[in-house]
Amino acid sequence: MVIETQGLTKRYGKVVAVDNLELRIEAGEVYGLLGPNGSGKTTTILMLLGLTEPSAGNVRVLGLDPAREPLSLKRQVGYLPDSVGFYGEMTAWENLAYIARLNGLPQALAKARIEQVLERMGLAEVAQRPVSAFSRGMRQRLGLAEVLLKEPKVVILDEPTLGLDPEAAQEFLQMIRGLKAEGITVLLSSHLLHQVQAICDRVGLFHKGKLVLEGRVEELAQRVLGGAYRIRLEATPLEGLAEQLQALPEVSRVQADAQGLRLEARQDIRPQVARAVLEAGAALQSLLLERPSLDEVYARYFQEVRHAA
Amino acid sequence: MQPSSSRPKREGSPWTGLWAVFFKEMADHLSSTRMRILEVLILLSAVGAIYAGAQTLRQTISEDPFLLLRVFTAAQDPLPSFVAFLSFFLPLAAIALGFDAINGEYSRNTLSRILAQPIYRDALLWGKFLAGLATLALILLALFLLVVGLGLIFLGVPPSSEEVARALLFLLATLAYTGVWLGIALVASVLFRSAATSALAAIAVWLFFALFWGIIAQLLAQAVAPFDPFDPQSELRQTEALLAFSRLSPNTLYAEAIQALLNPGVRSLGPVLISQLEGALLGAPLPLGQSFLLAWPQLTGLIALTLLLFALAYVLFQRREVRA
Repeated sequence: MVIETQGLTKRYGKVVAVDNLELRIEAGEVYGLLGPNGSGKTTTILMLLGLTEPSAGNVRVLGLDPAREPLSLKRQVGYLPDSVGFYGEMTAWENLAYIARLNGLPQALAKARIEQVLERMGLAEVAQRPVSAFSRGMRQRLGLAEVLLKEPKVVILDEPTLGLDPEAAQEFLQMIRGLKAEGITVLLSSHLLHQVQAICDRVGLFHKGKLVLEGRVEELAQRVLGGAYRIRLEATPLEGLAEQLQALPEVSRVQADAQGLRLEARQDIRPQVARAVLEAGAALQSLLLERPSLDEVYARYFQEVRHAA
Repeated sequence: MQPSSSRPKREGSPWTGLWAVFFKEMADHLSSTRMRILEVLILLSAVGAIYAGAQTLRQTISEDPFLLLRVFTAAQDPLPSFVAFLSFFLPLAAIALGFDAINGEYSRNTLSRILAQPIYRDALLWGKFLAGLATLALILLALFLLVVGLGLIFLGVPPSSEEVARALLFLLATLAYTGVWLGIALVASVLFRSAATSALAAIAVWLFFALFWGIIAQLLAQAVAPFDPFDPQSELRQTEALLAFSRLSPNTLYAEAIQALLNPGVRSLGPVLISQLEGALLGAPLPLGQSFLLAWPQLTGLIALTLLLFALAYVLFQRREVRA
């Protein structure tokens, strides 16, 4: 177990930012800490790093206590804050060199590693430019370069894709995915659920300081969305099609919207659906099996919680 | 937090990374634009003061055994003396170097990134403070050598070893005084999130002591020890109360310390009674050791004040949340 918390709680006055958190993350996992803004993700991360003292509970990261053994912990754990800042008047290289010195890396080793991480993040050409001229995406990559500088065992990323355009975000997520291949354990937080769901092995959904749902994305979808296969189809004409499809044995629900129909079925019955559409004399334009999205899981879960309340 | 009986000590040294921070901050200071501005200001004022001072001194060269020390203190209207310039400009220089030490890290979003490195907060604060102090010491030393050199050129009289020793002690006192203002700026930079507010607050403290504290000390002394025309003792009591109150200001401490160090004729920094002067050779210079003894409480006061302010900044900073 790389990261382990027991009853972790943080109170700011009367506000409970993190409530009795039990988190267990195994070596080599990519774990997504997901939830809306202000749900306690960043506070949790700061407690894992010993940058904020917990009000109650225990934390172990790599078997170390962040409050008592912060130096050996922070030597092995890289952290990329949510709005990462650099010294603007210094070059990318100088910023990294400062961090290398703070980590106590010998000069020759630092030089080699800086070159290596800048190359890897695609920043080698701008290494001698002041960071103030960098775009948001470049800063984010420089942040990841800095994290890799100490060759960490664990990497903690807070909102890594925030403020990046979709292309840069995807590229950045692929870089994070690449860390897993090296055996680095990754914990990332985000409120952009759909963006990160593809790269997370497991996710934990946060709500008001509590971890309300945890598991693999597919598991969660199964649990919350009732194990349904969602099939989207577009066909013309649509009239009468809904009733015919409803009659298929595995279909539990048919919904019509402006473009087409949406089926919920207990199995992947795309061939049967296609046949049914053709038999009804309609032209089939598209037929898609929709992957369950975390946004949907999250929305549906809280819908149910509210209904239950 | 649960109280556990066998809580291990915090691992490692709080100084880990101190030198990395120190050299980075020092490099920042030395290459910054505000440093250029300060250098020009201080250089101009020093040259002006020395030139004016030398003009007055030339007439009295043969009569004075402590010519070098006079170079520091001689003034000619409308220019103040070199010492007066220092006590005016150095607090500003210290504030300029320190007012955004910590809040600058917040506003650049670099603090959490730096504290996620294997260092303690101690190293960051100490590194910043020492870098500021070293930078100021560097300016001060350069200025001092410049003034001594110019004094030699203008006056043509080499200083005696006692003069050099006194001048070096004066340098030390000045550094301690500068440290106080760096401490005030550091506290302001931890207290206030905005750099502008922090600068303003530190300058307000400086103005308060430079302009208003004298008046307030007078009022306080009158309130604590009212003057009674029929009791001559009451006048002494009031003078002593005034002295005690005004010594709460670092400016007074510094002024008194350099008065004792740079003017060997000064025998006491408080009121002197006629009876105490019996048998004294008026105007005869004190030996260096005695002058140093006279300035000792002021010197230690300045150093203690610096440490106190640093400790305050330290406590405030340790409790600060990393998140802005």
